[in-house]
Amino acid sequence: MDVIIENLPAYVDGFLRTLFLSVVSGIFALIFGTLLAAARVSPIAALRGFSMTYVEIVRNTPLTIAFFFAAVVLPRLGVTFQQFEVAAIIALSAYTSAFIAEAVRSGVNSVPVGQAEAARSIGMKFSQVLSLIILPQALRTVIPPMINILIALVKNSSVAGAFYVLELFGTGRQLANANGDAVLWVLVGVAFFYLLITVPLGYFANLVERKVAIAR
Amino acid sequence: MTTQVPGDALVSLNAVNKHYGQLHVLKDINLNVRKGEVVVVIGPSGSGKSTLCRAINRLETIDDGVIKIDGKELPEEGKELAKLRADVGMVFQSFNLFAHKTILENVTLGPIKVKGISKTEADKDAMALLERVGVGHQAPKLPAQLSGGQQQRVAIARALAMKPKVMLFDEPTSALDPEMINEVLDVMIQLAKEGMTMIVVTHEMGFARKAADRVVFMDGGQIVEDDTPEEFFTNPKSSRAKDFLSKLLTH
Repeated sequence: MDVIIENLPAYVDGFLRTLFLSVVSGIFALIFGTLLAAARVSPIAALRGFSMTYVEIVRNTPLTIAFFFAAVVLPRLGVTFQQFEVAAIIALSAYTSAFIAEAVRSGVNSVPVGQAEAARSIGMKFSQVLSLIILPQALRTVIPPMINILIALVKNSSVAGAFYVLELFGTGRQLANANGDAVLWVLVGVAFFYLLITVPLGYFANLVERKVAIAR
Repeated sequence: MTTQVPGDALVSLNAVNKHYGQLHVLKDINLNVRKGEVVVVIGPSGSGKSTLCRAINRLETIDDGVIKIDGKELPEEGKELAKLRADVGMVFQSFNLFAHKTILENVTLGPIKVKGISKTEADKDAMALLERVGVGHQAPKLPAQLSGGQQQRVAIARALAMKPKVMLFDEPTSALDPEMINEVLDVMIQLAKEGMTMIVVTHEMGFARKAADRVVFMDGGQIVEDDTPEEFFTNPKSSRAKDFLSKLLTH
């Protein structure tokens, strides 16, 4: 127990970095994932094809490969960054967006087709039908799976620890090395700080879900 | 009444055909609807009448033939089609009010987003329309809080807000409880009296008698009869129409 209190500053440092990675990657993933889902239902075949291929490839490969691409392959292609955090954010956003896209797509499919027909019949363009009528309804129905994905994102951010980003898990590993006699307590501390993000996220989801539910 | 001047037609269908796989749902349909005319389309289920109605604003595509609105052929899906649809009001069997928008927003969304009218003006017009169909006091509610009859009247107001040249009704009362049918039909009759061009797919023979200029009887994807309501109901010419009408009257 002492080991947690003694190293509180290190924990808080790692916690804040994990929080930062999760929030920034989460925002990018939500935006990119929604765009991917929109592309998937668009009338343009090339966009549908791109979205489908992207989701299939990214969703079905390990996150470590996404990290490897962002941290090792991208710099070799001339895309360099000052900090490894950037690579971590790219990898986490790219990976998570594939799952978001699938969740949003299932939400789009749950909106009755009559909603789109009514919107088209008053003269809306495809982009308006999607952004004003379909997505607002679709996003509300997929809040629970969306939060699952974001919780997974928070935990997945621990992979960044293996790519030179000293987030919560990386901090934990350093502390475990330095305190070989108290590894258990070090890990309990790590778990506690993860729960500090993920548990409120779940409660927040319930709250939002009840707030925005639409009756039919 | 039945003599048609082709150049005069607001909606015209010329040799329109459509298949669903093997099923030939629209067979060589020719129909002209003039400005101000109220045409009621009746027929047994599966006769293609709903498909016909939906084809007019291209919610259903057709295999061949020409559909023109106000002399303009229906364009391919895209900006041009969206523009043309803004001139064609549509009322659905299942209302299809935007579930996440208030009643007022349902009516103002089209004018604001499609026509670019200011919110203040759109709100004013929408309130007038909602009052006209008798649901003005429901404006801040969500669709699910209204009865079916009220929702359908809102749907009519939503279509009217676009100031359409023609209104299509696809079985507007079929999903309603009996006691709510009349409140919707009354709005439609009023609209017909005011000179709106209307194409109405319905099973409500009373409405056809009262408000229609012409009755189009469809069966098996074809237009079998096209006549005045009086002539059609008292003196149907085809055996299929006679058969259809006799079935209606036995109960």
